[in-house]
Amino acid sequence: MARITFIGADGARYEVEAENGSTVMENAVRNGVPGIEAECGGACACATCHVYIAEDWRPAAGEPEPMEEDMLDFAYDVRPGSRLSCQIRVTDELDGLVVTVPERQA
Amino acid sequence: MAGQAETDVVIVGAGPCGLFAVFELGLLDLSCHLIDILDRPGGQCAELYPEKPIFDIPGLPETSAQELIDRLTKQIAPFEPMFHFSEMVTSLDRTGTGFRIATDAGTVIDCKAVVIAAGGGSFQPKRPPIPGVEAYDGKSVFYSVRRMEDFRDHHIVIVGGGDSALDWTLNLQPLARSVTLVHRRPEFRAAPDSVNKMRALEAEGKIRFRQGQVTELKGADGALQSVVVKGPDGDDELACTRMLPFFGLTMKLGPVAEWGIDLHENRILVDTEKFETSEPGIFAIGDINWYPGKLKLILCGFHEAALMSHAAKHIVHPGERVVFQHTSSSTKLHKKLGVA
Repeated sequence: MARITFIGADGARYEVEAENGSTVMENAVRNGVPGIEAECGGACACATCHVYIAEDWRPAAGEPEPMEEDMLDFAYDVRPGSRLSCQIRVTDELDGLVVTVPERQA
Repeated sequence: MAGQAETDVVIVGAGPCGLFAVFELGLLDLSCHLIDILDRPGGQCAELYPEKPIFDIPGLPETSAQELIDRLTKQIAPFEPMFHFSEMVTSLDRTGTGFRIATDAGTVIDCKAVVIAAGGGSFQPKRPPIPGVEAYDGKSVFYSVRRMEDFRDHHIVIVGGGDSALDWTLNLQPLARSVTLVHRRPEFRAAPDSVNKMRALEAEGKIRFRQGQVTELKGADGALQSVVVKGPDGDDELACTRMLPFFGLTMKLGPVAEWGIDLHENRILVDTEKFETSEPGIFAIGDINWYPGKLKLILCGFHEAALMSHAAKHIVHPGERVVFQHTSSSTKLHKKLGVA
């Protein structure tokens, strides 16, 4: 289990309990976090579940794989720490993870 | 493919539900034309995730999206549907006997019923996230190259790292005043051969490559003069009179929203008996429709296609008695499927 905090573009905070093995995107959608569209349903095919990982958490969340980097080319306002949340699997190491939702997805 | 045609039913969208609708309509002797903005059948299955496995198609424990499309295409082949690919429906008007549909390629089709199976909407180029880009759209900023001549002697900035970006960098270089390729990272999705060719041109000084993102456009009245590229080493202003951003495709409801059909949160409201919209004779199936309890599943779209077809049959052949038949036993259906 891991506790994840999503920070909306407007600054609103959403804290959710995430099961190990699920993706960060699934937890956002399941808990109604606004701004995560996940149009393709988690196939790493649309770049509409884009989030920014808080700086302290980047080593634990890891670097995007080449396929994810390719999709990030299509995302809105890509910055250091940009990830597609459907490609981040929840583990105990991510307990406390903080991610920010961009202003818009596409 | 421009031209005039007549058919029983026009299906807008050639994704899995549009394709399967051909089968269900065909069993009832209804002929179909399909129109799709993509250049091949499959919709999202082909465009977004052809390699991804699907596990919830009844009877197929595991299939890839592309395999499902290939199987559907084979399944509907006996009904000889007419495909109009790379075309977008631009108008839908009622005529005395049904509907007239026109596309951006000049195709005009008269039909008795219309099925909207457009999934998430039509695939359209994504606009780059640059403030004020709208003012330059179609004047200095283009999302495709229709005529290369329109780019002659221009300062061209091409943005993106895929095949389109690289191909146009190579193709436009000989006739442009200058070409600069801008991509947010040094790795490219495009074919390695194109990347090598681009690197060679860069080494010869014939094109420039800038790593970064375009953050600002400068110009007036739609005429672009320069762009600002924010890169790892700071900002860079480049002369630019034509920009070609290649940021992939997004799905938009598009012209469907202007047909006077009742919508529910950007999806088309239908009944669950016929899957007919608020406009008689216009049906909507698959991801694009909405009704209480709707699930965006391919298998639900298949069910909707079957029920819709029986309703469409009554519109196309009013008064004809429809005898319900099973494909497993009906000799009439076997003939239609070419297995008799």
